[in-house]
Amino acid sequence: MTGLLVAIAVLGVGTLGFRLAGPLLRERLTLSPRIESLMGRLTVVLLVALVATTATLEGGGFAGVARPAGVLVGGVLAWRKAPFVVVVIAAAATAAGLRLLGVP
Amino acid sequence: MRSIYRTLGPEVIRSITLVCLADALVGVSFGAIAVSAGFPLWIPILLSVVVFAGAAQFLFIGLVAAGGNPLAAVAAALLVNARHLPFGFAVGDALARAGFLRRLIGSHLMTDETVAFTLAEDDPRRRRAVYWATGSALFVCWNVAVVLGGLAGTAISDTDALGLDAAFPAVLLALVLPSLSDPRTRWAALIGVVVALATTPVLPAGAPVLLALVGVAVVELVRRRERTPA
Repeated sequence: MTGLLVAIAVLGVGTLGFRLAGPLLRERLTLSPRIESLMGRLTVVLLVALVATTATLEGGGFAGVARPAGVLVGGVLAWRKAPFVVVVIAAAATAAGLRLLGVP
Repeated sequence: MRSIYRTLGPEVIRSITLVCLADALVGVSFGAIAVSAGFPLWIPILLSVVVFAGAAQFLFIGLVAAGGNPLAAVAAALLVNARHLPFGFAVGDALARAGFLRRLIGSHLMTDETVAFTLAEDDPRRRRAVYWATGSALFVCWNVAVVLGGLAGTAISDTDALGLDAAFPAVLLALVLPSLSDPRTRWAALIGVVVALATTPVLPAGAPVLLALVGVAVVELVRRRERTPA
């Protein structure tokens, strides 16, 4: 149990280190507008890659059909400027509905 | 609190509330899964308060429950959380001009959703308000839900049946979609997605998403070459 406690502490401190580094370093450096926009792009790319991998893959294999189909429906609705709440509920409902019909 | 409400408006508040609700359901399942894997209740609770990062928590609990070395599980979970470093650079302005303690607490509230909601705003005042509102609301929902899930045992162990696994990517997608109207960002994201998907089967969790940043580098290099004719 002590080992586990130490592990959780290390994980917490390490994660906080990652989270705190950006806000603290920003203070010390004056970021040019070019770097600011680069940081914004980096973050968008990270988030989009996160969307793509979590939408399609699970534990190194494919996540099935229902999940990517739900995300796709949500994505199309968002692109058509549907309200956020509609996007999210439609994505969940599509995946849940397909699974109810037996689609993996 | 009232001033945050007035700054953000009912629509953003509704969006944040919905994400909190979805997050809470996943939190309940996290608590239930951890307890039914044999961990005492305080382990998932402590983990959620101290780490506050869903994907890393599931990975950590899963690896330790499977008999893995806790320190190896820490390394794996830290890799998953490494993306918070670039995140902090991008949304750190929301925590600027605050005292160290406020920045420390604020940083701890940084999640994918906090970052995505903040990134969708341009006005500095709104960015700050949405960052704090999303972060603190998610922190409360997530931790309360983990406690409830841990106490209930196996109430909701299958959030996939509710389609929540599709809801979370859709949340992030809806929030970043406006940023993709910029062609440079769009190309970088497209290359990044291909790289991340191609490397997921062979790399440990977390690494493929970081590797997606190659997309930004490629687009920058191509642009620079176009600007300086040979």
